[in-house]
Amino acid sequence: MSAAHDVSALRQMLAGLEAERLPGASNSFSFGAEGPDNVLANSLARGALHEIYAAQGADMPAASGFALALALRASGAAADARPIVWVRQDFLDAEAGKLHAHGLIALGLDPSRLILVRARDPEQALRAAGDAVRCSALGAVLLEPWGEPKALDLTATRRLALRADASGVTLFLLRMAAKPSASVAVTRWLVAPAISTPLEADAPGAPAFAATLLRHRAGIAGHQWNLEWDHESCSFRDIAPLSRAVVPVPAGRPAASGAAPAEITAFRRTG
Amino acid sequence: MFVEKVKGALRLSAISPQARAIGLAPGLTLADARARIPDLAVADHDPIADAAFLNRIADDCDRWTPLVALDGPDGLVLDITGCAHLFGGEAMMRTRLVTHLQHHGLSLCAIVAGTPEAARALARCGKGGVVPFGREAECVAPLPIAALGLAEETVTGLSRAGLKTIGDLASRPGTPLAARFGEELLVRLRRTLGLEDVRIVPRRPLPACIAERRFAEPIGRAEDVEGALAMLVDDLSLMLEARGEGGRAFEASFFRADGAVRRIAVETARPSRDPKSLGRLFHEKLEALADPLDPGFGFDLVRLAVLRAEPLAPAQVSLDGRAIEEEEVAALVDRLAARLGRERVLRFMMRDTHDPDRAASLVPAADPLGPACPLPDELPSRPLMMFDPPQPIEAIAQVPDGPPLRFRWRRVLHEVVHAEGPERIAPEWWRQPADMPTRDYYRVENHDGRRFWLFRAGLYDREPGPPRWFLHGLFP
Repeated sequence: MSAAHDVSALRQMLAGLEAERLPGASNSFSFGAEGPDNVLANSLARGALHEIYAAQGADMPAASGFALALALRASGAAADARPIVWVRQDFLDAEAGKLHAHGLIALGLDPSRLILVRARDPEQALRAAGDAVRCSALGAVLLEPWGEPKALDLTATRRLALRADASGVTLFLLRMAAKPSASVAVTRWLVAPAISTPLEADAPGAPAFAATLLRHRAGIAGHQWNLEWDHESCSFRDIAPLSRAVVPVPAGRPAASGAAPAEITAFRRTG
Repeated sequence: MFVEKVKGALRLSAISPQARAIGLAPGLTLADARARIPDLAVADHDPIADAAFLNRIADDCDRWTPLVALDGPDGLVLDITGCAHLFGGEAMMRTRLVTHLQHHGLSLCAIVAGTPEAARALARCGKGGVVPFGREAECVAPLPIAALGLAEETVTGLSRAGLKTIGDLASRPGTPLAARFGEELLVRLRRTLGLEDVRIVPRRPLPACIAERRFAEPIGRAEDVEGALAMLVDDLSLMLEARGEGGRAFEASFFRADGAVRRIAVETARPSRDPKSLGRLFHEKLEALADPLDPGFGFDLVRLAVLRAEPLAPAQVSLDGRAIEEEEVAALVDRLAARLGRERVLRFMMRDTHDPDRAASLVPAADPLGPACPLPDELPSRPLMMFDPPQPIEAIAQVPDGPPLRFRWRRVLHEVVHAEGPERIAPEWWRQPADMPTRDYYRVENHDGRRFWLFRAGLYDREPGPPRWFLHGLFP
């Protein structure tokens, strides 16, 4: 083995290390599932703002889970990977429940990696997230305000997006109980739970999401995928369309739903 | 003139010099005093307000030395060891202190002596000035016994024995005195005579190191205050670096010209001496103050103290920048904690328990890391969100011990399509009252794909009362 070879190997190693450190060096991440990856060309921007809306109030856990899964994709799942900051408004604790450490483990996140910031109001949440997203040592930042706060306007999202771009930290903005409004997010997702693939003994399966891409900076939009999260490999999986449950058919009734037209019997009027 | 109720009678507790001049004395009943001088101006004695005022003066006295102790309801003891030269010597320092306090409208009696007890005895007898080095015994000799601050009976006993002054006492052999009046007397006597020296216990903990700026002209503008702080932070970081330490808790004290003192404390997650991040922390803290710093007529002294210091080796930058990243995250946590409050920036600490409610506790992220509890290897699936307390639901099960068929939560009826369970979790009997029901948990999915964590509290037939259903968590 020659000295020149050693040097070049060392150079390569250094380049690899630097690529990890420099913001924007590897500036995209993927789903790990074929469906969305084919359409999005394997790339969701790192160091950018992504918006995730809950389709309905009851879909909040699904949206949170989807956002956390994406954050894990963006920052890596190893226990010593960079920490994740989750800024949550207090009100959500009563409405959607408190974060549960074992639930984080079930999604593949070591709870010691998470820094939870509890904000009193949306303004405080925005400021905290704005601070956090500037810290380039973080893996990802999740911002979860409640409702449609006035402070969260186009300017605010632009400020967040610019900071995310400068630091290379990916920011996920979770919108609970809100209608899509103007923002500079790179992607906008509408998330609802999907029917999971049952395990043996008819048990509910892995977390499953019906994710709709509402908007994409590059104009790819209107796609919907049913995805399942695998916490061990830390990646999404497509749910095969065939495994989707059909509406259970009650026994003892005809399967055809379109009822046959009722026979019309004419009675002659008498009298 | 103040009155106080003592043993059922209103008695004078504190009087003005004019009242003293016309022959009144504390301890006299109000009725007697009124009989002598009918038009007395009298107010109720408020010991709590007095104590608060004394504390305020003590705060202000921090500007002379960090070692200040309260002495009874109306006295302060300052340990000026090693401070006097900063103010031009003991006599000069005493004069300046007296003038400073007199400007605030106080009348006082101040004395500098070799031991706290000697100074106390002399000051209580109305003496002022500076006791020359080593001459305490001479100075206190003519003072009455009461100046020793002993119990009432001891003083009476000594007077009956014909011992009126401290000098009388000092000239007697100690052993018989100790046998009659207790060891306490001798200890007091020795300390008052300057034969034995014990330091005072300061009312505030002694800081590890201090940097301060005095201003000839009090400053009031916010920018000036922050500028002063920035200079102090620089000074302090040099000091800390020389000691090889970093501070964990810092306190900035703003001494107002009129004697009020405002203190602002910041804490850091790890030892720090980086002037930039410390400056930013104070900036955040000052901005987030609910009641902003009121400069009044301006601050004439700003002091920055390190309350707690820990060893901090000079940082070695590792090749992959890992240490720098950890520093950055710690700095972020400090910043957020300074602005939102420590209890709002949290970290999970796992606990070794099977009770899902107690599985992890949230601790301030700025606290030092506790012992790490290993993550459970094999864990049944747990919800991402949990309700605390669990929310009651109406549920219908096919068989009494089986999973629910349908349930109603928040006025919406959910049909269960898939269910897994039960996972039986018994309460921790060593922690909770014994009659807590056992919980049977079910993981269920409805026809929309929403996944819930439900439990039935109580077992049929075996535990009292009909079982009730609760929703405890939501799965993603």
